[in-house]
Amino acid sequence: MPAIQSPGTEEIHPDVALVERAKSGDTAAFEQLVRQYERQIFRVAQHITQNREDAEDITQDAFLKAYEKLDQFQGNSKFSTWLVRIAVNESLMRLRKRKTSKTVSMDEDVQTEEGSIPRDFAEWRPNPEQIFDQNELGDILRKTIQGLPPGFRTVFTLRDIENLSTEETAEALGLSVPAVKSRLLRARLQLRERLSRYFGHKEGQPA
Amino acid sequence: MNCTDFLSQLTDYFDGQIPPELLEEVRAHLGECSHCRVVLNTTRQTIEVYRGNEIYDISDDLRERLHSAIMTKCLASKT
Repeated sequence: MPAIQSPGTEEIHPDVALVERAKSGDTAAFEQLVRQYERQIFRVAQHITQNREDAEDITQDAFLKAYEKLDQFQGNSKFSTWLVRIAVNESLMRLRKRKTSKTVSMDEDVQTEEGSIPRDFAEWRPNPEQIFDQNELGDILRKTIQGLPPGFRTVFTLRDIENLSTEETAEALGLSVPAVKSRLLRARLQLRERLSRYFGHKEGQPA
Repeated sequence: MNCTDFLSQLTDYFDGQIPPELLEEVRAHLGECSHCRVVLNTTRQTIEVYRGNEIYDISDDLRERLHSAIMTKCLASKT
């Protein structure tokens, strides 16, 4: 698990210089930022929308928006967090468009208690990697995360898959730190519960 | 500490953010509650299995195509 970073005495992030150069019209500097983050932005968009074509569009739109609004980036947050925030907003907008009758926001589905109370108490032994091959495992992991409400899926993606800190996740999603923590707990517990159906083995049962 | 109290500390436990006095209580609860031990272990495995298996990786071809598209769009917007 990532430890919390101590605030205050961080070194200047190398992106700061690249952003400054990009702001003054250096296209190569901007292209370097694109190279650094295109993979991450694509992954985030695909996790949230669960759709590859949407993720491609969102990645392009997010970088275009970042490029056009570069002057508005004040450097109060990391460039990558700012970029992720743009991509998350684009992704949620895309989900809203797709499900026209239903709103999609970070506040959606937080009322549901589903999965918040653990019910499955089987250990995962042997490890999932030892039971399933790469393809099967990938299918299970995709299917399982798809079943999470978008708000939970998004928090889990940023915090646990992309390794943003709780504070950065809060900033990228426009949520408070306690709200991120509560969604993260419920996302993790729901995923755990669902994955236990595949990976859990009661004591004494064959794997 | 009961199981509900333990769950409410789970995120901070993973982040190593629990104050020492409370940490003792958490450990004592884990010592006596096998269900919470399983929840702790399998939640940790949940995070690890997602971290360790990139389920939406992007091929080199797609990445190059995407990269060109991004740069074309950005440079076009300048003019």
